[in-house]
Amino acid sequence: MFSKKMLIVSLEIILLVVVFLLIIWPMMSLFIWSIAETWYWPNTLPQKIGFEYWKQALGLQKSLAIGAVSIVPAFFLSLMIAMIVVVISMLIAIPAGYALAKYRIPFGGFILFLFLMPNAFPQQPVFVNLLHIFTKLGLAGTVQGVILVHILVGLVFGVWITNATFKSIPPHMEEAARSVGAGKLRAFFRITLPLAAPGLLASAVFVFITSLDEFTGTFFVGLPFVNTLPMTLYSSSGYNMQFASVIAIILLIPSILFMALIQGVLKAEYVGGMG
Amino acid sequence: MPSLRLVNVVKTYGKSKAIDNLNLMVEDGELLTLLGPSGCGKTTTLRAVIGFVALESGDIYIGDRKISDIPPEKRGVGLVFQNYALWPHMTVSQNLAFGLQLKKMPKNQIRKKVAEGLSIVKLEGLENRYPRQLSGGQQQRVALARALVLEPDILLLDEPLSNLDALLREQMRFEIAQLHKQYGLTTIYVTHDQTEAMVISDRIAVLDKGRLMQLGTPWEIYSRPANKFVAGFMGTTNFIRGKVEDISGDYAVVRTNDGLILQGRGRGLQKGQEVEVAVRPENVEFLSDLQASNAPKALNIFDARITRATYVGELIDYQLHIHDSLIRAKGDVRTKQVAGETVKIRIDPDQLSVHQV
Repeated sequence: MFSKKMLIVSLEIILLVVVFLLIIWPMMSLFIWSIAETWYWPNTLPQKIGFEYWKQALGLQKSLAIGAVSIVPAFFLSLMIAMIVVVISMLIAIPAGYALAKYRIPFGGFILFLFLMPNAFPQQPVFVNLLHIFTKLGLAGTVQGVILVHILVGLVFGVWITNATFKSIPPHMEEAARSVGAGKLRAFFRITLPLAAPGLLASAVFVFITSLDEFTGTFFVGLPFVNTLPMTLYSSSGYNMQFASVIAIILLIPSILFMALIQGVLKAEYVGGMG
Repeated sequence: MPSLRLVNVVKTYGKSKAIDNLNLMVEDGELLTLLGPSGCGKTTTLRAVIGFVALESGDIYIGDRKISDIPPEKRGVGLVFQNYALWPHMTVSQNLAFGLQLKKMPKNQIRKKVAEGLSIVKLEGLENRYPRQLSGGQQQRVALARALVLEPDILLLDEPLSNLDALLREQMRFEIAQLHKQYGLTTIYVTHDQTEAMVISDRIAVLDKGRLMQLGTPWEIYSRPANKFVAGFMGTTNFIRGKVEDISGDYAVVRTNDGLILQGRGRGLQKGQEVEVAVRPENVEFLSDLQASNAPKALNIFDARITRATYVGELIDYQLHIHDSLIRAKGDVRTKQVAGETVKIRIDPDQLSVHQV
């Protein structure tokens, strides 16, 4: 019997398969590549599997293969840069997002638009010019220079998301705090900031992931002295598919962890009461 | 409890005046309602008192203390918001305790005050709920308790019942009036609902376009409207147009174009002036045949033809033709008249008000 329920179930199965093919399959392929020690055409699966490349990447085993270097220093450099970028970006984004959301600032819309500019143009010409300027300033090839570039690229997420978050908090929330005796600052820190926390966290995560994955700017401004994880991935990807897969997976881990964190926080009790 | 005084208060938004030179005195322990249509300036006035809007000119005093140039948090004014504005990330008791903590009150005293506040609004046992776990009526009570626990000099209520359903609204009206009687806080209540204003207020200030149209007790506002706006805003009102024919004391005789002659109350009028006579439906009195034959051919007795009679349960809503004027009247359900009949009606001159056009 062909019932409505069966139709729904079969549609669900089809959807599941599509999702699997689009999202899980590429990751599976990455994982298989990362453990394939020998894999020649026309074999469907690797002839020999093992964690040789993982060990090399994590610096547990030396190898003379091209592109195979320990990625541990690059990983920590990327992590450090991303964290500094998040802190500085949020220090700029929170006041800017708040001011643009709550006060009538002349050309407010235009200012918001300005933050989009670095991402609205083709990146290569932007960063080639930036390299020129940074060279004059002595910032080319330095970690500080790379941090500045990442802030430039990430700030659009910082400012736009914090701005939207603060806009979504009704002005009555702060006014109610004023009415029970809280000054402007206290009303902000005790009422608005906790209410905005999930949105601010989401924005911080976007900045973090943007910095972790940033390629073009780092390529022009940072190389060859600043080797972040995406740079290492790039230099090995042409020669060593296994090694590139390992780095790609490692790059994915912080992103997935942070996504899970946002999910958890956004489900927190009080978000439902907002609005 | 101190009084609240507004002196020559002006607030403009662009070119339009939200508050136009308002002078108002709220007496010690009084509940005064600001009543008016939306955009009349009542909410702006309230926000000026707490300090959320800056004034163009004018001063506001609590007792002898000038508050119009100090920040909202230092004014000692409590506010209950239309949409409650409870903090969703705090429990009920945290919502109540926040203001007390800012006063640096010791912890055990805060706990006592919070319990007290919740018992005033009958919400014992909900201390640890979050606002979203409460019904609209309960949220309203929490908002009220949050303002009350701080014992403000002045309490402001901004349309506090407009988000509740009709039944609950009626119940809360009486509760707020009761609370006010019990604690005697000097209170300003803002509403656009005239029934609410009538039930709850000691005095009502009717506002229109930022100006004070009339200030008086509910009875004065309803039965002795000072002008056409107040007469039209309060309740259903029929307006009949005419010219002043004669004046004697507080009464004026008005003749309409179709020859109807009405006597009513009216001050500051001149002979020959164009006026409108306000007639409330409930003041139209249907005379029985006996009464009609006994009544001398006195003033304000008319022949009327019923053009529509609608039974609405507690009363009958009539539409009457008097000469060329069409008016609405409310009649007793026990003496039902039908459409097409001609009846004699009388309107007490004291219940008629004559206003300049």
